[in-house]
Amino acid sequence: MLKELFPNVVLEDLLVATGETFYMTLLALVGTVIFGIILGLLLYLTSNGNLWKNKGFNYIIAAVVNIFRAIPFIILILLLIPFTTFLLGTFRGSNAALPALIIGSAPFYARLVEIGLREVDKGVIEAAQSMGAKTKTIIFKVLLPESMPALVSGATVTAIALIGYTAVAGVIGAGGLGDFAYYYGFVRRDFDVVFVCTVLIIIIVFIFQFIGDMITKKLDKR
Amino acid sequence: MISIKGLTKKFLIQHKEITAVDDLSLTIKKGEIFGVIGYSGAGKSTLIRLINRLEEPTSGSVIIGDKEITNLRKGELRNARQNIGMIFQHFNLLWSRTVSENISFPLEIAGVPKDEREKRVQELIQLVGLAGRENAYPSQLSGGQKQRVGIARALANDPKVLLCDEATSALDPETTNSILDLLVDINERLGLTIILITHEMHVIQKICNRVAVMENGKIVEQGEVIDVFLKPKHSVTKKFVEQVMGNEEGDLTEIIDDHSAGKLVRLHFIGETANQALISTISKQFNIEVNILQGKINQTKLGAYGTLTVQILGEIEEIDRTITFIKEETSIEVEVLAHA
Repeated sequence: MLKELFPNVVLEDLLVATGETFYMTLLALVGTVIFGIILGLLLYLTSNGNLWKNKGFNYIIAAVVNIFRAIPFIILILLLIPFTTFLLGTFRGSNAALPALIIGSAPFYARLVEIGLREVDKGVIEAAQSMGAKTKTIIFKVLLPESMPALVSGATVTAIALIGYTAVAGVIGAGGLGDFAYYYGFVRRDFDVVFVCTVLIIIIVFIFQFIGDMITKKLDKR
Repeated sequence: MISIKGLTKKFLIQHKEITAVDDLSLTIKKGEIFGVIGYSGAGKSTLIRLINRLEEPTSGSVIIGDKEITNLRKGELRNARQNIGMIFQHFNLLWSRTVSENISFPLEIAGVPKDEREKRVQELIQLVGLAGRENAYPSQLSGGQKQRVGIARALANDPKVLLCDEATSALDPETTNSILDLLVDINERLGLTIILITHEMHVIQKICNRVAVMENGKIVEQGEVIDVFLKPKHSVTKKFVEQVMGNEEGDLTEIIDDHSAGKLVRLHFIGETANQALISTISKQFNIEVNILQGKINQTKLGAYGTLTVQILGEIEEIDRTITFIKEETSIEVEVLAHA
């Protein structure tokens, strides 16, 4: 039955493409979360009225974040080809897509982190200071745990954006469902392939959203 | 124990300099409960935050014990802060931590080993009366319970001083009383010096030994609570005293008109004397009748005080003898308001 409905869909190829999408999304997500939290913390801590208040430094980080958020992803990925080649020795394949994916989405996530951190009650930070806490302690025992639900829901939003980005990464031969849908479906006029790939991407998006919501809900004790 | 000298804090708000605390000096004795009262904007909140340097002073000094807090470097200040507990109006608990974990937090900061931490947390939970709620999250607690967690947390590292920043202002009257009782209890049991700021005279009256009244960054009046209550000098103090005593002057003319027989007398009770059964004593001892018209007696830490307005009926000579008796034989002050 499936063969009749989708005559051009090759199951093995589809599985490989799905695997690539998961591979790129998850790895890029890990990188994005690490760099995003560091950038977000810097944005928050150096802003007015916070622990490392520093107008100049804050301005520079904000500028860098804004520039990378402003560049369209398709352009960014091409601009980064020399950098990726330097880093990995090649600019093609799933791994080669990772630097661009991380650089493209970390600034976006950093802003979400900053928003989450700003929601942390100033009074709680003050209480920690009144107990004699170091800045390090405040970051790891107050700021991050208290903003955790926001950090996770932000990561969920970012992960879903990343799934979209991985499709674009097809231009450098990164593989994945988006790439597969374009080259094996759209270009060959095999629209059943396009359809199946789209449905799979939707399912992946739903899975990420579901897991993200579940973790957020479990973490939130407010 | 704590001495504050020439403490000043100026803020720049939109290029305008505002003096929140103005050349303030104050001495607080070891083991006492010292209250600072003032309306919002009086600078009392800034004052208490200057004591542990949550705000950096513009000038002046704060000395706690033998440490000059205002001279300490960052690391030294962090260590000193572990000996100064603080509780807050909005409790400031970490919502992501349970009751036990919240109380454990200052111990983690002080680097106390895990098994010792757990033991100490258990003691503190017993002390503040939260047994059975160890694993609850702050969102599952009532306001009073949250403040108990706050108090336990503030006491975790055995501080010598406890700063209370409007600690009961977000609580209902009944809960306020139970928290105040707890503060008195730990003050007596642990010999802790407590500094509390509030805008409620009721709080001062109930637990403080001494009080300072603040206005515009300065202390306008200070002394033993009972003295301040009985003889408020400054207009702000008078207003605060009226908060709990009510304004008696207002409807007095009406009373005088209505009770034109005998003598109208106001009795001032000072301190412990309020426990004497004055009214029944004089009505038994003298051939008079006493009619209580108006009055209010308050209990403070140092005894009861207040006023009673009474009408004494009978022969004029007998009334005069009664008044002489009260004046000479008791410590109650008598003020004759009107003759028949």
